[in-house]
Amino acid sequence: MATYGNGRRVAVVAGVRTPFARAGTALRNLSAIELGKLCVAELIQRTGLDGTEVDALVFGTVVPSVLAPNIAREVSLLPVLPKGVQAVTVSRACASANQAITDAADQIALGHASVVIAGGAESLSNVPILHSRGFADALVAASRAKRLGGRAKALSRIRPKDLVPITPAIAEPSTGETMGQSAEKMAKINHISREEQDQLALRSHRLASAGTKDGRLTAEIAPAYVPPKYETVLTSDNGIRDDTSLDQLSALKPVFDRRYGSVTAGNASPLTDGGAAVLLMSDERARALGYTPLGFIRSYAYAALDPGEQLLQAPVLAAPVALKRAGLSLRDIDLIEMHEAFAAQVLSNLRGFESREWAARAGFSEPVGDVDRARLNVMGGSIAIGHPFGATGARITTTLLNELGRRGGQFGLMTVCAAGGMGFAMVVERQ
Amino acid sequence: MTATAIRAPAASALTTEVRDGIAVVTLDVPGAPVNTFARSVREEFAVLLDRLERDDAIRGVVIRSGKPDVWVAGADIEEFLEIETASQAEAMSRDGHSLLGRLEKLTTPVVAAIHGACLGGGLEAALACAYRIASDAPKTVFALPEVQLGLIPGAGGTQRLPRLVGLQAALDMILTGKNVRARKALQIGLVHELVHPAILDDIAIARARALADGTLRRDGTRRSHGAKEILLDDNRVGRAVVLRQARECVVARTRGQYPAPIAALDVVATGYAQGMERGLRAEARLFGELAVSEVSRQLVFLFFAVSALKKDPGVPQLAPPPLPVRKLVILGAGFMGAGIASIAAPQGTLVRLKDADHARVGKGLAAVREVLNDRLAKKQLTRLELEDYMSLVGGTIDYSGFANVDLVIEAVFEDLAVKQRVLRETEQVTRSNTIFASNTSTIPIATIAEASSRPERVIGMHFFSPVPKMPLLEVIVAPKTSAEVTTTVVAYGKALGKTVIVVNDSPGFYANRILAPYINEAGLLLDEGVAIDAVDRALVDFGFPVGPITLLDEVGLDIAGKSGAIMVEAFGSRLAPSQSLQRVVAAGRTGRKGKKGFYRYDDKGKKGGVDLSVYELLPTGAQRTEVPAEEIQRRCVLAMVNEAVRCLQENILRSPRDGDVGAVFGIGFPPFRGGPFRYVDTLGAERVVRALEGLNTDRSPRFAPAQLLIEKARENRRFYPERGHPLGG
Repeated sequence: MATYGNGRRVAVVAGVRTPFARAGTALRNLSAIELGKLCVAELIQRTGLDGTEVDALVFGTVVPSVLAPNIAREVSLLPVLPKGVQAVTVSRACASANQAITDAADQIALGHASVVIAGGAESLSNVPILHSRGFADALVAASRAKRLGGRAKALSRIRPKDLVPITPAIAEPSTGETMGQSAEKMAKINHISREEQDQLALRSHRLASAGTKDGRLTAEIAPAYVPPKYETVLTSDNGIRDDTSLDQLSALKPVFDRRYGSVTAGNASPLTDGGAAVLLMSDERARALGYTPLGFIRSYAYAALDPGEQLLQAPVLAAPVALKRAGLSLRDIDLIEMHEAFAAQVLSNLRGFESREWAARAGFSEPVGDVDRARLNVMGGSIAIGHPFGATGARITTTLLNELGRRGGQFGLMTVCAAGGMGFAMVVERQ
Repeated sequence: MTATAIRAPAASALTTEVRDGIAVVTLDVPGAPVNTFARSVREEFAVLLDRLERDDAIRGVVIRSGKPDVWVAGADIEEFLEIETASQAEAMSRDGHSLLGRLEKLTTPVVAAIHGACLGGGLEAALACAYRIASDAPKTVFALPEVQLGLIPGAGGTQRLPRLVGLQAALDMILTGKNVRARKALQIGLVHELVHPAILDDIAIARARALADGTLRRDGTRRSHGAKEILLDDNRVGRAVVLRQARECVVARTRGQYPAPIAALDVVATGYAQGMERGLRAEARLFGELAVSEVSRQLVFLFFAVSALKKDPGVPQLAPPPLPVRKLVILGAGFMGAGIASIAAPQGTLVRLKDADHARVGKGLAAVREVLNDRLAKKQLTRLELEDYMSLVGGTIDYSGFANVDLVIEAVFEDLAVKQRVLRETEQVTRSNTIFASNTSTIPIATIAEASSRPERVIGMHFFSPVPKMPLLEVIVAPKTSAEVTTTVVAYGKALGKTVIVVNDSPGFYANRILAPYINEAGLLLDEGVAIDAVDRALVDFGFPVGPITLLDEVGLDIAGKSGAIMVEAFGSRLAPSQSLQRVVAAGRTGRKGKKGFYRYDDKGKKGGVDLSVYELLPTGAQRTEVPAEEIQRRCVLAMVNEAVRCLQENILRSPRDGDVGAVFGIGFPPFRGGPFRYVDTLGAERVVRALEGLNTDRSPRFAPAQLLIEKARENRRFYPERGHPLGG
């Protein structure tokens, strides 16, 4: 029996996302806020929802805009929504959208809200560039100076080296390792071969391409008519390569370890722009408003481990907890979505699911089990579709429930790894 | 501010409360939505002035309004209708001068605390005050709109305004009647100060006190004194240049058909040349003349007609309350569809714009944004508002998001089969009470509705192009259309800012139907060998903004051809198109959109001169005939007017009022003539019938006078009363 919700079941009524575009391409001129607004506006249009029904909006983003850090509030100020909508911005690295969804679900379970929009967006084409410390200090001193002379003096302190901007790198502050380096490490520790990773990447592209062609994957995409000229219309994820081959993938050079490495640009998820949102309601409100939900949240769990150990392995610790809270085992799960940050990470997670040691660390006597590959990422994953950090969690939720519906399945499991050594798992059910 | 006031007997408009020697006067006309200077208000004002002239205990005065968004909206227009002679009007103006003269000469300083609309006589009163302080709010606007009613300001505005804000700024306001917002008012020196609305009263009182104490000087202008002002406003030579240029501009724009702006220039010039006293007398005299002028009568009629239409729910009796329109679907993202979206989104309507493929939807969205960008450039909205409005318009190529739609407006290709198909498809995905409105310009609504499973929800909403600019909306009611659908669509049209007339279903409805014989006649003149530009020039001289041949090029020759065919089928040979049009269409010319029509067009679509090669296609070839302009006007205009009367006779039109407003706002019938039915009244029905019979020949019965005209002529009756309220109400 489902334990989550204290008797108030949380329904996932619908999900809509923008097409995901490689950073620097079709969506590069849109900020994360604009991407968020696009998918939320279309979510409301498609579901025929009256904007005044929405109680709250929770949004996640990983790289916030310095000028407008409160993405959730800005998105909630869409004119179709009432100004009284509660809004909160959350962050749990690549699981930010999941955090948004579980926070929203918690509010519904507590009875604080009945209709909440949750999701996330990311624009990696628009990453803030930081000034060096020396330059920043000089600018602040200049703005405080009361006279022209003072200003000139402050600015004269700038040295050439101060003019070099700081580009944010995706490195763990506590370890100094970039995510790619961590994935590389995990590949070695878990004996994941180069070929296995390339096979997974190939699979991701092939299945995503099939899902795009037959319309299953694109059903949840709101075509992006890109402002301000609207000449570019993006209707599907533009990173999917339906013509890639094992030969092409194996020709790529490893990026994070030139000598012994196996992680390449081809078997890792690309930097991507996009937004995704889901509409959550209490079961009661969904029925009152005449909606048939896509499904319900049965359970979820977060986990964490030392980022210096195996940065992206935490889903292995979260999954058994979520399954236990759901009162289910892996055998009961009809469809599984695992976020593909790196092929090496997915394969490491799968090994971890089968391992007694990892089960024990999570406090279980039996391992999660052997994942049936035929039920895993059946329309590809983040490697092909793309990974806007703050949006992926919402995309995976929507994709999982939609496909579960098409196959007549009942239970679905999703896992997401996140920087900082964190992980997430959620079990959904259709009825 | 609660007034612990000395209230005069009930039903008084002015309430005065004295606080520490400062008299705070609140103007709040009982039972009226806005403040106007009606007779009773002026009388109370005179009594107040008596008191202020004598009472030493009052050291300063603040005049404020008790109405939420209006300070004073001007004169009482109903009172204006009582005027029968020029001298009556002149006397009224001189009374106003005297009253405001007393106000201006008071030793006690008067501060105007202005929040909301300050128009016409209201602005003139404010100009007579020692100090003007206004709220920095969107509703606070200033204007002298008299010229739009064929008048000039009659209470000293032509004299006080230029002396305060300079000649150029004053002429800009007086000659156009445009609204000036609070910030601009401060910039040009019209007001001394802008403050937040919440502290308006307090600061006004403080200023009154300071003026009384002498710590604030009563001074003249604060306006910008840039080089332009010094050169042109502050000296006689500069002013002469400005006045001359303004005169040329006005004459070119109005083609001598509107006397009011010229009179305004004369009166302003007199004031500078001979002093304010003479200027005021000239103002009163010309105000008097204009008040009883034909042009003013017609413009005042149009004002009343539009006001009456605003209150008309669109259904003759027992109007059911209109349903809300919160979500709108527009089928067809072309020029019309995008235009409708661009006025619907700023109203807060959630819009779904559908078309056949993504490229078309993208173009539609770009067109919507272009309209909003224009408004941004004119500072009519902010960038944030623009982004908000765009977020309300969602594009789609399928029927997703149709489940909660209140109104569907169909603006697809002008083809019955296509329209019926989208009607059927849409009915399957919308609610049972969703309204389906067609923007067709030629196909009868009842015909489209034959494909409907709920014809009572089908109606016509005929917008005019370009939608953001053209004020008219024809709502077309078919026999089965329900009253609730009519009132809903009429109310929504008004919410979109349109002037709405309701007409009954018939080919061409009203506006396009009366356009047909007018354009045909122009074509027939071409058939006879009249020069293209001669025809157009004659009708522009008559008062149309563009001539019929230019209009043909604008509308599209192919569209005009198709529409002509429908008219002939419906109404017979009376509306048979000319040879000229048929041949030009057959030759493949489409007009401005194809850059090849009767006129030449450059790459940007700008119109050049007549395309002389067209004459080779026309019946008389290179041979030209000269027909007097007056005859060209008579033939084209009477053809239109006759058809308009037929529309009333056949009950397509519900009233002459609707016909006049429809013609003026939909197809450019000269406003200074009031409209086709006003025109008949001006000429006299008998004279019109005789003229038509004169034009009518056995060869073509197209000028046979409408039966209703013959009756009016015989009984010597008019469409409108000769005196009193122009609508006869």
